[in-house]
Amino acid sequence: MKIAVCIKRVPDTEARVKIAANGAAIDESGVKFILNPYDEFAVEEALRLKEKMGGGEVVVVTVGGDVSQETIRTALAMGADRGVLLKVDAMPLDPVPVARALADELRGGGFDLILCGKQAVDDSSHAVGLMVAELLELPAVGAVAKLEIADGKGVAEREIEGGVEVVEFTLPAVVTADKGLNEPRYPALKGIMAAKKKPLDTKPITLAAPGLEFAALAYPPERQAGRIVGEGAEAVPALIEALRTEAKVL
Amino acid sequence: MANVLVVLEQRDGTLKRVALEALAAGRALADHLGGEVHAIALGPPGLSVEAAGAHGADKVFVATDEAVRLYQSGPYAATIAAKAKEAYTAVLLGATALGKDLAPRLAARLVCPLASDATEVAVEGGALVVQRPIFAGKANLRLRVTAAQVVVSLRPNNFRPVEAARAGAVESIAVVDAGGARTTSVKAPEHATVDVAEAAIVVAGGRGLKDAEHFAILDDLAAAFGGQAAVGASRAVVDAGWRAHAEQVGQTGKTVSPNLYIAVGISGAIQHLAGMRTAKVIVAINKDKDAPIFKAADYGIVGDLFEVVPRLTEEVRRIRSA
Repeated sequence: MKIAVCIKRVPDTEARVKIAANGAAIDESGVKFILNPYDEFAVEEALRLKEKMGGGEVVVVTVGGDVSQETIRTALAMGADRGVLLKVDAMPLDPVPVARALADELRGGGFDLILCGKQAVDDSSHAVGLMVAELLELPAVGAVAKLEIADGKGVAEREIEGGVEVVEFTLPAVVTADKGLNEPRYPALKGIMAAKKKPLDTKPITLAAPGLEFAALAYPPERQAGRIVGEGAEAVPALIEALRTEAKVL
Repeated sequence: MANVLVVLEQRDGTLKRVALEALAAGRALADHLGGEVHAIALGPPGLSVEAAGAHGADKVFVATDEAVRLYQSGPYAATIAAKAKEAYTAVLLGATALGKDLAPRLAARLVCPLASDATEVAVEGGALVVQRPIFAGKANLRLRVTAAQVVVSLRPNNFRPVEAARAGAVESIAVVDAGGARTTSVKAPEHATVDVAEAAIVVAGGRGLKDAEHFAILDDLAAAFGGQAAVGASRAVVDAGWRAHAEQVGQTGKTVSPNLYIAVGISGAIQHLAGMRTAKVIVAINKDKDAPIFKAADYGIVGDLFEVVPRLTEEVRRIRSA
């Protein structure tokens, strides 16, 4: 089984976001970057499928700068076979050019399955994976928390408001991973050493023109300072009173 | 022509509130642009779209078929994209599970940009400008649309439905059968409660609960609010397996904007605050007076949650029965 996984380098979710001096981007100094957590589920699922099928290849693909090589190495250390970096100078604010670049790379690659994280935790567009599917005219299921693949077919479960959708599809297909799909492995030392020798192909590309341009970046409005209404259970009536008369939410 | 197309989400043949929210955003935008609001809905035979006209739709395209009783990504994307190709400046829809799935498919088919989970849509200097939170709400990004068309998904509970009576003339159209993946069923959740992302009140628990079983006191508090409240959870307790991921609030969970958010035994990690900072009112109950959650909260009680929460439940029951 030949599986492609689209991944992205993102700031750690615990990182404090600071707007850079130019006001148009975040200040990356001192920020730890990680493999997007949802992409980690996608990589893990690909590895499990390969292991279950008893063979195949897992290829990780990303769009980014040279620094994204490190992110690819993380996926290789988990067990992916090779990586492709579609090298760009800057990431666009519109997900469409990224999806087009990935689709162009994956088209004709003979992949049975393309896995992606459901969204990147930085810009959270929840878009690229499903766009790649549309561009390649493949069936796709988004935000999947349970996946079964057998005999060229798949059954996926995705959470919706107040329920779980059960979706069937045929391969080749695109599936985007939600939390809950699996428990990603930590790269072992052996895997980290092996990753250094695995093929990583860097291809400089030019992205299509985006349809969105930067207008402004700002911190959300500060919440007004609140107050401690009291200590222990005795403070409950004062809280109820505040919620009823001041906040008017009860 | 500066018309706006609004995708109406339905469940069981009835329009969802998020459809009316999208209509409100569409109406404001169309009024600004001097255009009309057209709406489109797919659903089972008998689908009722009367509310669309009352909430600002000039025209409503309805595609009903038993085959699209449930959300089917292929027919939805194909049917709506075919209609949207008829020169609409913007295509708006709610950023729900359905909307988040459909929006990128539409943008890819229309070869136009996508702005997801927008909290504001405006016209500035003749250009469409969309505001969307990034880094799970740690910053707000404003984007100017330079393309002739854009798909915008709108954060639920953020735009207020408006009474704006328009013709709402209904026109039936055919469902375009496009194949693709097929939804075969929707399984009900194990605990039939309101979804944490849609609830007016969220009672969320963290590590301070100490054990999965202790969440019973939060279930009781949520129940005391009478069906409008949901239980939420911090990442720590979901990772520990105490609660389902469906309940997780934060950067790798859901972003919620309820009227009231009660954080119980939650310290207030950055990634959690990112998911609930847009709540109208935040209450924190924590034994550590220095917990960061108190900085985000409107009202706080410092104390043992195992004493405070049952008392709160009792008081809520009392005022609701009064």
